[in-house]
Amino acid sequence: MGPLIPNGIITGDWNFVIAILLGIAFGFILEASGFSSSRNIVGVFYGYNFVVLRVFFTALIVTMVGLLYFDYFGWLNMSQIFILPTFWQPMLVGGVIMGLGFIMGGFCPGTSFTAIAIGKIDGLLFTIGLYLGIGMFSLAFPLFGDFYNSGNLGNVTVSDITGISSSWLALTFTIVALAAFWVTMLIEKKVRKRITEYKF
Amino acid sequence: MDTQKNNQIPHYINPYLGGVLLGMLLLLTIYITGRGLGASGAVKSTVATTAQIVTPQDAKDNAYIGRFITNDHSPMYTWLVFESIGIFLGGLLSGVIFRRVRKPRVEHSSKISANKRMIYATIGGILFGIGSQFGRGCTSGAALSGSGTFAVGGIIVMFAIFGTGYAIAWAFKKLWI
Repeated sequence: MGPLIPNGIITGDWNFVIAILLGIAFGFILEASGFSSSRNIVGVFYGYNFVVLRVFFTALIVTMVGLLYFDYFGWLNMSQIFILPTFWQPMLVGGVIMGLGFIMGGFCPGTSFTAIAIGKIDGLLFTIGLYLGIGMFSLAFPLFGDFYNSGNLGNVTVSDITGISSSWLALTFTIVALAAFWVTMLIEKKVRKRITEYKF
Repeated sequence: MDTQKNNQIPHYINPYLGGVLLGMLLLLTIYITGRGLGASGAVKSTVATTAQIVTPQDAKDNAYIGRFITNDHSPMYTWLVFESIGIFLGGLLSGVIFRRVRKPRVEHSSKISANKRMIYATIGGILFGIGSQFGRGCTSGAALSGSGTFAVGGIIVMFAIFGTGYAIAWAFKKLWI
C-alpha cells in the first residue's frame, strides 16, 4: 500500500532518482502546455489566454478525484500523506505578495525554470529574483518571525474544519471548474477579437 | 520576431490533456513519496547553501535559514533540489522536441522595452520569493499540491494568488497588452 517510499516498498536510495524523473515529467508538461512563456501565463488575468486555468483546474480535478479512488481501493494510506500546514494569516499575505509578483514577473517558480531551459532571459531574471527575495526574507526574518508563525491551525484539510466530506468537495469543485471552462471559453473568444498585436 | 516561414505558431499540447497529465503526475508523486510537487523549495535550499558557504556561523544563527542547515549533509541534498533539476531538464526536453529552444532572448510585449521587461521580471521574482516563504510554498507546492490534497492552507494560497492577480491586473496592463 502507498505511499511507497514512506512504507519502505521503494527504498530511500531511489529517492533522488525518482525526484529527477518526476521533475522531468513536471517540467515537460509545464513547457509543453505553454508555461515557458510569461505572455501565455498572464493571459489568464487579461482574458486572452486561459491556458493556466484549464491546466490548473483540470489537474486539480484529476488529483482530488484520483485521491478519493486511491483511498477507496485501499491503494494509499491517506493518513500517511503530507497535508500542508495552515498558518492562515501569513499564508494569506504570502499569497497576496505572490499575486503581485505573478502580475509583474509573469512567471511562478516552476515555470521560470522551464523558461530558462528554452533560452528566456526574463525567466532567468525571475529565478534570480526568487533567490534574492528568499535571501531578503531570511535576513529580515527576525522582524516578522512572530507573524510568520501566527494563525497556526495545524495540518488541516477542508473536511477537518468544515465537516464537509472530501467527495462532496471534489464534486463541487468539478462542477465549478466545468462552468469556469465554459465561461472563460466565451470570454477568450471575445477578447481575442480585440487584440491584434498578439498572435495566437 | 519569429520568421513567418511555414507560419510557425507555437505548438502547445491541448491544455486539458496537459491538465490530465499534470494531475496524474501529481497523483503518482503522492503515491510514491507521500508528498506533492514543488519548486520554490529548491531556491530556498540554494539560498541556505550560499549562506552556509559565505557566512557559516551567521547562516546557522539565522532564525530562518538555520533550520535548513544540518551537520550531516548540504542543504542542496534535498528532494526538491533534484526534482527542480528535473523540471529544467523536462522543460529542455519539451523545448527541443517542439523546437522552442533558441538563443537567449527576452520575451516582451511590443508596448514595453526589453529592459523594462527585465526589470519587472526581477521584481516579480523577488516578490514571489518573499511571498512563497510566508505561503509555505508557491503555485506548485502550496496552491496545486496543497489544494489537490484538500489542505486548507493550499486553498488559501491559491485564492490569494489568483485573487490578487485579478484585483491588480488593470494596474499593470501596459506590461502585457
